[in-house]
Amino acid sequence: MRMPAVGHALIAGAAVCALCCAAPAVVGWSRTPWGTVLLLAGLYALCEPVWRVIQGGSEGLAGFYPVLLAAAFLLEPAQAALVAVPGALLAPVRGEPVAARRIWRAAQLSLGTAAAAGAAWRLLGDGRLDRPAFPSLLLPGLAVALVFCLAVGLLEAAVLAAAERRPPRAALRALPGSVPPYLVHGLAGLMMAVLWHSRYGPVSALFVLLPMHISCWVFDRYHRERAAHQATIRALVHAVDIKDRYTRGHSERVGRASVLIGRELGLAEDRQEVLRFAGILHDVGKLGVPTRILRKDGPLTDDERRIIQLHPEYGHEMVRGIGFLEDARAAILHHHERLDGRGYPYGLAGTQIPEFARVVAVADAFDAMTSTRSYSRARAVPAALAELQACAGRQFDPRMVRALVRAVGRHGWHAAVTSDETALPAATVCKNASATESDDRPTRSEGAR
Amino acid sequence: MTAVPAPAAPAPLVPEYARTRIPTAAGLAGAAAGALTLLGLGWTFWHGLRQPHLAAAFAALIVAGELAASRTGERHTAPLATAGALAYALLGECAGTPAAHGVPQIVAVVSTATLAGAVPRVARVRGPFVADQLTRRVLATAFAATCFQPLFTTGALGRLTGGSGPAYALCLVLVLALTALCDAVLGAALARSRNGWPFVPLLRDELRALRGIGSAMVATGAVMALAVAVAGAWALPVFSLPLLLTQLQFRRYAAVRRTYRQTIASLARATEIAGYTPAGHARRVAALSRAVGRELGLAEAELDVLEQAALMHDIGQLSLVDPVPEGATQPLAATDRRRIALLGSAVVRRTGVGTAVARIVERQADPYRDQPLAARIVRAANDYDDLAAGSRLLRPLHALERLRLDTASTYDPRVVGALHGVVTRVAGGPADGAGRAVDRGTDR
Repeated sequence: MRMPAVGHALIAGAAVCALCCAAPAVVGWSRTPWGTVLLLAGLYALCEPVWRVIQGGSEGLAGFYPVLLAAAFLLEPAQAALVAVPGALLAPVRGEPVAARRIWRAAQLSLGTAAAAGAAWRLLGDGRLDRPAFPSLLLPGLAVALVFCLAVGLLEAAVLAAAERRPPRAALRALPGSVPPYLVHGLAGLMMAVLWHSRYGPVSALFVLLPMHISCWVFDRYHRERAAHQATIRALVHAVDIKDRYTRGHSERVGRASVLIGRELGLAEDRQEVLRFAGILHDVGKLGVPTRILRKDGPLTDDERRIIQLHPEYGHEMVRGIGFLEDARAAILHHHERLDGRGYPYGLAGTQIPEFARVVAVADAFDAMTSTRSYSRARAVPAALAELQACAGRQFDPRMVRALVRAVGRHGWHAAVTSDETALPAATVCKNASATESDDRPTRSEGAR
Repeated sequence: MTAVPAPAAPAPLVPEYARTRIPTAAGLAGAAAGALTLLGLGWTFWHGLRQPHLAAAFAALIVAGELAASRTGERHTAPLATAGALAYALLGECAGTPAAHGVPQIVAVVSTATLAGAVPRVARVRGPFVADQLTRRVLATAFAATCFQPLFTTGALGRLTGGSGPAYALCLVLVLALTALCDAVLGAALARSRNGWPFVPLLRDELRALRGIGSAMVATGAVMALAVAVAGAWALPVFSLPLLLTQLQFRRYAAVRRTYRQTIASLARATEIAGYTPAGHARRVAALSRAVGRELGLAEAELDVLEQAALMHDIGQLSLVDPVPEGATQPLAATDRRRIALLGSAVVRRTGVGTAVARIVERQADPYRDQPLAARIVRAANDYDDLAAGSRLLRPLHALERLRLDTASTYDPRVVGALHGVVTRVAGGPADGAGRAVDRGTDR
């Protein structure tokens, strides 16, 4: 995509503004403390690439700002504007055009730092760090960080709108959420400045940066570990797929449908996450069922059916010991219970059945009906919903069914139908249990009926 | 009938076999810490508390740091409290006025605050882990204070640095680095004394931990000491912020790691519930492998990889249509075992535990000269368990004998030797025939 002319104009304008901002420092050559400026600029140029590498693609601030904010406290606005330039020009950028992005970043950070330095100048006055008195220094310090945050955020929104034609409102809406990290960086900058200005000098200011860097490093490891954990959960599901080949993708879809219902019920975000895991792992107990029975083509004998019906208990046993899945475990154990008490394994009825289990039961049946199985073909979504509504009260909790109907009406449902999409007319009622129970193919007796 | 069965008490994922304990070092260190504390308290009572507002500020910081960390069980359980204690030990002045607290008062304040803050942790965590942590805190603080305070009060430090501020800051860091090194040695000695594991790998792990939170603690300790010197006690809450963030990140990280380990253990149990392997097989093999690996001097990170591989070594059996008789792979032909190993590594590669684990699982059935060390350990531990514990085919010593007869090509003699050591200690230990497993109490 080519950048529109407005984008070019904005970047050029910002660059000119930044140059004008920094000009007094160069003009008043002899007054500028070049040692401090160069040290801070070099420090920022060193920290920024490290930060980018550590942060990777994860969320968080786009840059490492304590050094810039320390400059804002230590220097005059024109001098502070210079500090950001080498680091911003040298740091790696993502996406094209590289040169324009680098220039923009340098201009944006120079202007932001200059604005913050101006605020520090107004709020703290000259000689502000000579006798730092702490509680009273905090408020101006946070205000300076806020000014920096506003300046950088507003410029970001402007460039997104001008150069990438994105709605500026979205960028502005993200602004309040990014304030706390800016404040933390601001406090770190204030600490750096206080120590830098003290008789212990710049060396001591460096010590402030170390915990910040380690914090980011742990943050990154946390994200990697979380990704590995999710991969492991997927591997559990995949292990089921190895055994039970005809239900591929079923678990993920049940997880998705369960979250749809949970969101409709107004559950909190973390409860929805547990519900998602409950949906994904509801059939994990099938790992305990002999592969021969799972892969058997044709109707099952009563014995084989009984063995398959052990899978909720196997699954319950299997996820024991995974701390955060305690609630999901109950759902795994009871996802084949029926509201009228004729389900398994315990024959619980009504509200005895845990809430999550009732959700997963509906999601499970819904996906079983809308996807193609070896023993039945997929039905259309409205037909499946109608079937669920017909069975609500006897087999399913009507509240969950209503929630699913509302959610599907609002968000739609994309079942990854593996074969042709011609749906069979669904005239069956829930007397025929096999139509709505996902795992239980018709027994020999029912198949003969 | 209940809808939701009560959750069972969380058992340690993989119990760790301990060697005979050598409690002398731990006892000595604990006694030294106790004696120092009493000495410090007595001195402080006799001479009175100097600069009480500073003492109170640091004590509050230490208590808060201990309380904030009370729920975790990581290696450095309370980084903020440790940094605060070190800063108090290295405090030369406060907002321009020289500090007047001596070494005894430092020890007294730090140990009192640490004990007060650690009460919930002592109540919650069993075993000597917390006691060792407290011992380390007191001894490290006393060491840093003894290094620094005499130098400072006699003016030797001022002459040494020539009155230069930056040199003074570097001296602080130097003292702290020295303290951290000594603390690492002490930590390794305590762990050795508690569990009898080899010293050098333990020390290596302690030193490796210094790179992470250890260096953040050292830096924050120095920063706090300097900041209080510049700006007074109010600097403490502000300057503890970055380390507090680090600690929060570490806690999130520890939590996700714990969950991750639990999930891997569940995946490993899948083969048992499916009836492919005898109950408890994966856990036993993992525990044995870890013990053998420790015996052979593997580092903590290598032990983690080894443990994961051992937990999942039989996962390939899930892909079999019919179970192996009794789940024991030991009697199978080499080609079948290799096939199971390959199937298993295909599953493991999807789990995100990393290719190192998958490679161990993949190579577990090869002759030992082609195997990495971890795969040799897993193979020997698995076959031993198949022979001795899982299917009750043979008594432990017979099983070991069988392994030893095959050390020409199948098993590494070193691994079998280490396994022999572990097994005889566990099976024939003087205390109890079933062997003793320690709950590590930590989840790193």
